[in-house]
Amino acid sequence: MTMKQTGENRSGRNRRWFAAAWLCLLFAAPPAQAILTIEITQGVDTGIPIAVVPFGWNGPGQPPQAIADIVDADLRRSGLFLTLPRTDFVSSPTDDRDVVYKEWRVIKAEALVIGSVTPAANGRYEVQFRLFDVFKQVQLAGLRYTVNAQTLRTVAHQIADVVYEKLTGEPGAFNTRIAYITRENAGPNSATYKLQVSDSDGYNPRTVVRATEPLLSPAWSLDGRRIAYVSFEDKRPKVYVQNLVDGRRDLIAEFKGINGAPAWSPDGKRLALALSRDGNPEIYVLDLATKDLKRLTNDPAIDTEPAWSPDGRYLIFTSDRAGRPQLYRMTAEGGQVERITFEGDYNARASYAPDGRTLTLVSSVQGRFRIATIRLDTGALQVLTDTSLDESPSFAPNGRMILYATEVQGRGVLASVSADGRVRQLYRLEEGDVREPAWSPYNRELHY
Amino acid sequence: MQTKLGLAVVVVAGSLWLAGCATGTSTTPPVEDKTTPSQTPTQPLPSPSGPKAGELSGTPADAALIAKRRVYFAFDSSQLDDENRKIVEAHARNLSSNPNLKVHLEGNCDERGTREYNIALGERRAQTVERAMRVLGVPANRITTVSYGEEKPVAPGHDESAWAQNRRVEILYR
Repeated sequence: MTMKQTGENRSGRNRRWFAAAWLCLLFAAPPAQAILTIEITQGVDTGIPIAVVPFGWNGPGQPPQAIADIVDADLRRSGLFLTLPRTDFVSSPTDDRDVVYKEWRVIKAEALVIGSVTPAANGRYEVQFRLFDVFKQVQLAGLRYTVNAQTLRTVAHQIADVVYEKLTGEPGAFNTRIAYITRENAGPNSATYKLQVSDSDGYNPRTVVRATEPLLSPAWSLDGRRIAYVSFEDKRPKVYVQNLVDGRRDLIAEFKGINGAPAWSPDGKRLALALSRDGNPEIYVLDLATKDLKRLTNDPAIDTEPAWSPDGRYLIFTSDRAGRPQLYRMTAEGGQVERITFEGDYNARASYAPDGRTLTLVSSVQGRFRIATIRLDTGALQVLTDTSLDESPSFAPNGRMILYATEVQGRGVLASVSADGRVRQLYRLEEGDVREPAWSPYNRELHY
Repeated sequence: MQTKLGLAVVVVAGSLWLAGCATGTSTTPPVEDKTTPSQTPTQPLPSPSGPKAGELSGTPADAALIAKRRVYFAFDSSQLDDENRKIVEAHARNLSSNPNLKVHLEGNCDERGTREYNIALGERRAQTVERAMRVLGVPANRITTVSYGEEKPVAPGHDESAWAQNRRVEILYR
């Protein structure tokens, strides 16, 4: 009957909820924010069979949030679970005393998720959930959360993360966020660009920056608190850093020429940038505290799109020094430039998988631009998509999925593909284009 | 504006005289034709911005070229072909003979490839045009450049005809 809950988790959580409430205040969004809707375009019929039972509601009227629906959708989207249809359920237990394992073995469920939501003091809700191994007939996890209504979706994603980790042994990445740029026509010759941040499933979109000139290249700091990006609001590209917690914005780079392609060092203290202040684009590293600027490349070609290795020792970048854009790697001090890609006529915009062994990139053969991965140890290139205008790939923080931008019927949409290429989804806006996605890191400070 | 117009009159008068000298039988005033901007397959769209009084140039041939405010490039290329180079050179002569004029060059790309690489490529295109102008004597302080990469397409489509129109440098007088 006792919930699995350590003291460390409990005290940490209070701090996190406080911070989360802060975020909600800051991003109090206008009511009619367009939401990205997700459609699974390629699924799998394998995976761990799991039954997610609708959570019990112990209050009046309708429950404030359909927690089980969110958990079910998260698990299904991952491609690692087969969520079983509710019409097959013999019962709908909401408490561990009501669980009859045999009923779940019959429908071939290997795991079972149940839970309940109960009104608590001060307009808050208590959410309980339990995860069972149907064959071993044991409880694998049990947690209780007491939160306000705005945080219930976050709780659902956290529950999905717990289930994912207990059953796959790897951390889930449902309770993360994505940043992206939207563009909507505002008139015959004008447009509105927004840098937005939403939950990983497209819900709770918040506008972080709005402009009438292009925005691009959003990049998360590893603590998930800051986003660097490029804005043309002054009719030329400049790099800014937006703090998501206190709302502060800093102008970081406004040198002559291009100020672009910001990439955070893993320690969050430096930004790699592409600057053309000396005549053509070169890779620089800017120390944010001291403003010390160090130039790392020296080549008449285009050098751009730097990306740090997770250990901070290397930078990957795009260069056309051999004639066409290809990927190169150098040490973070700018030494030992080594070419990484040789296949295809255009390889660019790399970013590292969290384990540092694989890159995701845009790779083109005969004018079709697709998302690929390349293994750094073997050099093996794997193309994951079959569309032709794909760009801006980034890994989920657990390395399982890659989020990127593509085009469907003339409109910019986001898409994700599992790192093994088996599962695909599209994220669409009802109107306008969406592009330049960036998957947030794990949000260790705000959530767990 | 007042001084520019005044200057324009002088320039027009001067070039009329020059044209007269060169051909001996000039009856056509060397002003550009605003009503029928010439179009070729590599010049798919006329510039939306109208000509300014100060931009009148020395020869009728240049006037037709100066009416074109966009030059175009091949995919992933920043080379000017002969036809587009002639347009840039006409603008350079125009700038040389009109010392009050400044020009802003905006480099652009088609949507293919990555956005930051395209910003770099668009800059390289703008710099190609800038260099061609400077070779013909236009001082650096009268030329500014910016690259919008693939962020400001003029043709919304997703095919080669749209892409060809978007791979361009805009020549904007200031």
